[in-house]
Amino acid sequence: MLPFLAFFALCYLAPVCYAVWTSLRRTRRTGPLGLGTEHDTFAGLANYAQALADDRFLTGFGRVLLFGAVQIPLMTVLATALALLLESAAARWVTFFRGAFFLPYGVPGVIASILWGFLYVPGLSPLVRIAQGVGWNVDFLSRGSVLWSVANIVTWQFTGYTMLVLIAQLKSVPGELYEAARIDGASAWQVARYVKLPLLRPALVLTTVFSIIGTLQLFAEPMVLRPLTSSIDSGYTPNLHAYSEAFVGNNQHRAAAEAVLLALVACAASFGFLRLVGGRGKERG
Amino acid sequence: MTPSPRRTRPGAAMPTRTPVRHRIIIGALLTTAAVYFLAPVYWLVVSATKDSADLFGTFGFWFSDHPRPLRYLTAVLTYDHGVYARWFANSLLYAGVGAVCATLLSAAAGYALAKFPFRGRETVFGLVLAGVLIPSTALALPLYFLFSALGLANTYAAVLIPSVVSPFGVYLCRIYAAAAVPDSLLEAARIDGAGEARIFAGLGLRLMGPALVTVFLFQFVHIWNNYFLPLVMLSDSGLYPVQLGLTTWIGYADRQPVLYQYTVGGALLSVLPLMVLMTVLQRYWRTGLTEGSVKA
Repeated sequence: MLPFLAFFALCYLAPVCYAVWTSLRRTRRTGPLGLGTEHDTFAGLANYAQALADDRFLTGFGRVLLFGAVQIPLMTVLATALALLLESAAARWVTFFRGAFFLPYGVPGVIASILWGFLYVPGLSPLVRIAQGVGWNVDFLSRGSVLWSVANIVTWQFTGYTMLVLIAQLKSVPGELYEAARIDGASAWQVARYVKLPLLRPALVLTTVFSIIGTLQLFAEPMVLRPLTSSIDSGYTPNLHAYSEAFVGNNQHRAAAEAVLLALVACAASFGFLRLVGGRGKERG
Repeated sequence: MTPSPRRTRPGAAMPTRTPVRHRIIIGALLTTAAVYFLAPVYWLVVSATKDSADLFGTFGFWFSDHPRPLRYLTAVLTYDHGVYARWFANSLLYAGVGAVCATLLSAAAGYALAKFPFRGRETVFGLVLAGVLIPSTALALPLYFLFSALGLANTYAAVLIPSVVSPFGVYLCRIYAAAAVPDSLLEAARIDGAGEARIFAGLGLRLMGPALVTVFLFQFVHIWNNYFLPLVMLSDSGLYPVQLGLTTWIGYADRQPVLYQYTVGGALLSVLPLMVLMTVLQRYWRTGLTEGSVKA
C-alpha cells in the first residue's frame, strides 16, 4: 500500500498542487527591454482570467464539447449494438468478429492518426479515389469536415474496447436469466431490449465517463493531422493550446492555469454525468 | 432447473431457434463492421510492401506489381543507424517495466484496500478514484514542470515513474480481491502461522491472477500508446518511444519523401507487439474477469 501511495502522491497529488501553485504566479522581468532578472510573483487569478479571455482557448473547448456530444453517443450506440449482436444466439464466428472489432484498440492513437491521415490525404488515399470514381468530390480535411474526420479516428479506435466492456458485463450475469426470459416467450429482440440493455447500465455509465475524459484531452489526433491540413491550428483543442502555450509561447504559468481548467471541466463533466444518471436510477428504483 | 421445452427441431446441436433470415442480417451487419475496423490495418499491410513511388502511384487497397515487404521493412530498421530499433527498444522498456511495476503496486494497494480495514480507507479510495477522472494529459504538463524543477526531465525515469501508477488498476484490484480472496482462507493461513507478506505473495497474488493479467495488459497498452507524456518530457530523440519517433519522421517527410514509406513500415512494425500480446493474453483475461475463486 505505502509504495503505491508514495508514487501516487508524486505523480498525481504533487503535480496537481504544483499546477495550482504555478498557475497563481507569474514571471516578471526587470531591467531594460525586460531582459534583466526574472522574478516570480504572486499573480492571483490573472492567468485564469487571461486564459478565459482567450477566444482561441474557448473555441477549442467549445469544439471538443461539440465533438463529445456527437461522437460519444454515436460510438456508444455502435458499441452496444455490436455487443448485443455478438451476444445474440444467432451470431456465428463470434471470436473472429470480436477480435476484428477490438483490433484497433491495439493501434496507438498516433499510429491510428497516421494511418487515417494517409487515408484522408488526396493523392494517396484509396478512399478519395473510390469516392471520385463514383463522382463524389470528398475532402476529409476541409475546415468543416476535419473535426468529424478526427471523430472517425477516435470511434474506430475505441468502439471495440467499449464493446468488450459491455460484453464482460453481459457475461457476468448468469445465463439462466436469459434462458428464463426465453422460456417466458420473449423474442431475441425482447431479451435484448428488456433484459440485456438495462443490465448494461453500469458498464455504459463507466465507458461514457471514460469517453468524456478522453474527449476533453483530445491531442494526438489533431496534432498528427496538423501537418496535413491548414484547418487545424495550435489552439484546436484545449490540450493543444496548453501545450503550445507551454512550449512555443514559453508561458508555464498560463499553461498550468489551462491544465487546471481542463481538469476541472473534466471532473465537472464526469461528476455531472454521474449525478444525472445516478439521480434517474434512484427515481426508478 | 427443469428441462426447458425445446421448440427446436430434434437433432439440432445448438439452440438454433432464430430464423435463417435473422442470422443472415446479423452476419451482414457484423461483416460490414468488420470491414470498417479492418480496412485501415489491411491498407497498412499492403502499403508496407511498396516503395515510395508505388505508395503514391498505385491503388491503396491492392498490391503493387512487385511487393517486397522484407526489403522495405529492413530499410526501416537500418535507416539513420537503426534509430527505429532504438525507439522500439525504448518503447518495450517503458511499457514492459512500467506495466510490471504498475501491476505489482496496484495489486498490493488493491489488496490492502480490500482486506484491511483502517482509518481513512474510504478517503484514500476516493482520492484514487478521483485520480482516474483527472485527464492524464492535464497531469502531464504540471508533471513536466515539477520534474524539470527536480532535474528529472528528459531521462528514462521521467517516463517510467508516472507509468507505474495506475489508479484504475487499484480500483480493479480492490474489487477483484474483495470477490476472489475469501477471508476464511486468509484466516486459515494466519492460523497456520504465515506472515502477512507471505500470505499476500503466496495466496493473494495467485488468487488475483486474472485481474493482474488485465491490469498488466491495460497498463502496457496505455504506456505503449501514450504520446503526450513522452512528448512533453523528452527532448533527446535517443530516448523516444516508437510513436514519438514516427511523428518526427512524418514531420520531415515533406523534405524527404522516402520517410513516408518508412513511416508506413514503422507503423506496421510498431503495431505487431500489441497484437501478439493481446492474442496471447486475451483468453486469460476474458475468462478471468468473470470468475471468482470461491464460486460454489
